[in-house]
Amino acid sequence: MLRHLATGAMTIPALQFVNSLSAHAADVKKNQKACILIWLGGGPPTIDMWDLKPGSKNGGEFSPIATSGDMQISEMLPKTAQHMQHLSLVRSMSTREADHGRGRYYLHTAYVPNPTVVHPTFGSVVSKELAPLRDNLEIPAFISVGGSNEGPGFLGMAHAPFNVDSSGRIRNSAAGGLPGSRLDNRLAMLNVVESGFIRSGRGGLPQDHADVYDSAVNLMTSAQLEAFRVEKEPAQLREAYGNNLGRSCLLARRLVEAGVPFVEVNSGGWDLHQNVFGSLRNQRLPMLDQALSALTADLADRGLLEHTVVVCMGEFGRTPRINQNVGRDHWAASWTAVIGGGGLAGGLTVGATDKDGVGIDGPSFLPGDLWATVAKALGIPLDIVYETKRKRPMKIANGGKPIAELLA
Amino acid sequence: MNGNRFRPGSCALSRLLLFVTVSCGLALADPIAAAERKSSKEKTKSFPSKPDSSTQQSKPTLKRKLFSTGAEGETAAMAAQINELIRQSWVDNGIQPTAVADDAEWLRRVYLDLVGHIPSLKVAQKFLYDRKKNKRAALIDELIGSEDFIRNWTTIWTNLSIGRQTPRRTSRKGMESFYRDAFSENRPWNKVVADIISAEGHYEENGAVNFLLAQMTMADEAVQATAKTTRLFLGVQVQCTQCHNHPFNKWKQNQFWEFNSFFRQARRIDHRKVDPDTGRRVDDYSELVDRDFEGPVYFEKRSGLMQVAYPKFQGTDVDPGPETNRRAELARLVTTVDEDRLRSDGARPMIADALVNRLWGHFLGYGFTRPVDDMGPHQPPSHPEVLDLLAIEFTKHNFDVRELMRWIVNSEAYNLSSRFGKKNAIDNPAIGEMPLFSHVYLKQMNAEQLFDSLLLATNAHKAGAADLKSSQQQRQRWLQQFVRAFETDENDEATTFNGSIPQAMMMMNGELMKAAISGEKGSFLHKVVSDSENDSKKIRKLYLTALGRRPTGRETKAALKLIKSSPNAMAGYQDLYWALLNSNEFILIH
Repeated sequence: MLRHLATGAMTIPALQFVNSLSAHAADVKKNQKACILIWLGGGPPTIDMWDLKPGSKNGGEFSPIATSGDMQISEMLPKTAQHMQHLSLVRSMSTREADHGRGRYYLHTAYVPNPTVVHPTFGSVVSKELAPLRDNLEIPAFISVGGSNEGPGFLGMAHAPFNVDSSGRIRNSAAGGLPGSRLDNRLAMLNVVESGFIRSGRGGLPQDHADVYDSAVNLMTSAQLEAFRVEKEPAQLREAYGNNLGRSCLLARRLVEAGVPFVEVNSGGWDLHQNVFGSLRNQRLPMLDQALSALTADLADRGLLEHTVVVCMGEFGRTPRINQNVGRDHWAASWTAVIGGGGLAGGLTVGATDKDGVGIDGPSFLPGDLWATVAKALGIPLDIVYETKRKRPMKIANGGKPIAELLA
Repeated sequence: MNGNRFRPGSCALSRLLLFVTVSCGLALADPIAAAERKSSKEKTKSFPSKPDSSTQQSKPTLKRKLFSTGAEGETAAMAAQINELIRQSWVDNGIQPTAVADDAEWLRRVYLDLVGHIPSLKVAQKFLYDRKKNKRAALIDELIGSEDFIRNWTTIWTNLSIGRQTPRRTSRKGMESFYRDAFSENRPWNKVVADIISAEGHYEENGAVNFLLAQMTMADEAVQATAKTTRLFLGVQVQCTQCHNHPFNKWKQNQFWEFNSFFRQARRIDHRKVDPDTGRRVDDYSELVDRDFEGPVYFEKRSGLMQVAYPKFQGTDVDPGPETNRRAELARLVTTVDEDRLRSDGARPMIADALVNRLWGHFLGYGFTRPVDDMGPHQPPSHPEVLDLLAIEFTKHNFDVRELMRWIVNSEAYNLSSRFGKKNAIDNPAIGEMPLFSHVYLKQMNAEQLFDSLLLATNAHKAGAADLKSSQQQRQRWLQQFVRAFETDENDEATTFNGSIPQAMMMMNGELMKAAISGEKGSFLHKVVSDSENDSKKIRKLYLTALGRRPTGRETKAALKLIKSSPNAMAGYQDLYWALLNSNEFILIH
């Protein structure tokens, strides 16, 4: 592969991609589905956001308000409330892993950590299934904005998330004025050294390294890098999304428009063991409210929402009980995930917690159920069974069942 | 221990025999003879799988000469015992090991693993031409006694203790200075652990306090201090038991809180001061102190029932009264050796197993459990006999960290090539199989190893006029670009230096690489290119420096062609060096 690149791609600039982004957007609308995962790292207190318990001792400081959907949410999310006809709430997630590392792994992969196999994060699964169907896509099929969480596991580094910060700036993407002929020379020589080591019988890592360099060279020379230039968006729209998380969401929309099937947007700082209400009121919720409402509205305006699944969650929820530091601790037993778009039913609630937000009334859902729902929306068959390198069968989304109420 | 390390002599030999016989309960095998045997015809003898077992059994053997690095005395005896046990696992699994690594492959590996960077050209040339039989053992001793060894292990343990991204109001300098002292004096590991757990004081005057300060960034009732201490120093993960009994390992929720109660006297004080220039109050130093605390701690069961827990570790109760210094008690409990039980049934503190497993994983690529800090009945170790042997002997040798490393690095398993094939294809932990250590597993260089290796390979730091201190800061800044913090209570973090596209682009186009191949006066590349030698010799020098080996014929041909077709010789050599430094062979430790 490197040999091919060294002689071909460098001398013929990668300009066969002539579609403008907007033309490409039309393509996305036609047949290209995508998913944007908004990851609230640390574990958001969903009891203060999506499933309020007024009147309970666990209820906290916020009151519920009506929304455009068939549910109430926190008064601290007024803008999002106006777009809830597009989004649904799964209020009975029950996920047992209340440690950050384990929960992060479980929610991303649908599997609990296991010492003998590393499971792929769902973005890598989508990359594996949908990237081959997108001939024109030169940039990675799985992009993580603001830092990534889990990796591609047994699917290999070719499906690893590509990380960018929220400004879309890609570090070191330019060879810095080096003449093309010299880059050719370098890559040709690199290929000589690499291929020798690949053939030396040392397992798969040397080849992985060469594959990643391949993708890097592809990316460096692609006109689709344009999709990362979030500063090209009109000022008004940038303002509507806001900074930080909002900027990341705007970048995610641009990437989806360019044909990227999975974008993960990371927001940290949700591990609110103390001063949960102050942090939510002053920082976290205004930021989330602006970003999530702007993204939902923008996707809907462009007709992209019915092709783009939006998921918003963290590794778990937080304890219904308020601790002595006016915080909430880790809680995996009963919490809410947000999901909508991509043709899924919006404005609904699925599942319910009891009056104090502790137990679950009725059916509960696992990470695999959520990802199976996403897979269904993206048109990824649920009967796919991967084989790990060790020949163990692994069902997609851990054999989860799509949530029936959402498949309208 | 460095200075008075055991040196074999005629009278020492009998002491050694005594040690082996007593310590392992083995009258059957003679590991000293095993280490010194040169002939493959000698019949190897069985080692009981458990120290207390006494059954002798014959077993199939490998058709392979006994391995030796040329180490002597006690170190050799221990390496020989490890070799016996590992060989048995090869036989049991019906595989044949890979050949011993050639000197070039091994030299590069042992440098990266022990001192954190590749060997210099001079070292490589000297080692490859050295004909002495004990040159590997001699090099291991040399490296373990070197300044770079201290630096490398200081970095490793500082990163493990407080992360790469220093938490607020924690002193990286203090933590480093604590570990620097520990590794330069080769302080017994139980003393190191005890100091960390019981430390009090100013964060630069007593650097040991920074471990706990880094875990006490929030008022969390020392939950993180509990979870991190058990994980890093005891090798067990108990963070889940904060809220419920562990589903797999034996820890119960009350044990978490019993352990936790030892930390509840600890309190951080973050001092502030007035900046004379601005008149504003700014951060001054922080310190860790003990306050009055007595009685139980309270926790809530899943059912909502409140419970109490008193300080207790492994069945030993500690007086919960106000007079007790709880952390000092805990430090004593986790590091105390019961000599009688150690001799009779190999009982030793958990800190021994935790470090053995971590170091084995560091050198061999995989520990006996995955991950190395999640030991317990839920996850039986892959090689319990080797783990027992090393942990027991480490304890008996007064927790001598350097000696433990010598045992591992002098072992056959560590000295094998990283190639593997049909005869040991199943030994592939990268795809989830149990490691059998019949070949060495590839490891990715971490960011520190890459930075230090590039510096060594290019003299980049000497090309500019940067003094050591500013290059240290430069290094620290450069390393920060790869850290991703998860912003959780655990201060956990990940590295984007993980073999993905951004790393590849950094290697191809980043500032560091530009500096590395700048060819500026004073740089390594400049020196090589401006020499009067012919091109083939220059090419060889670049290969030896970057990859620690000579080029193959095919490679020399390709490199000559590259240089000929370049606009000028320097450009050609720059491009060649770029290719070598960007290769899989460079970034992978093999």
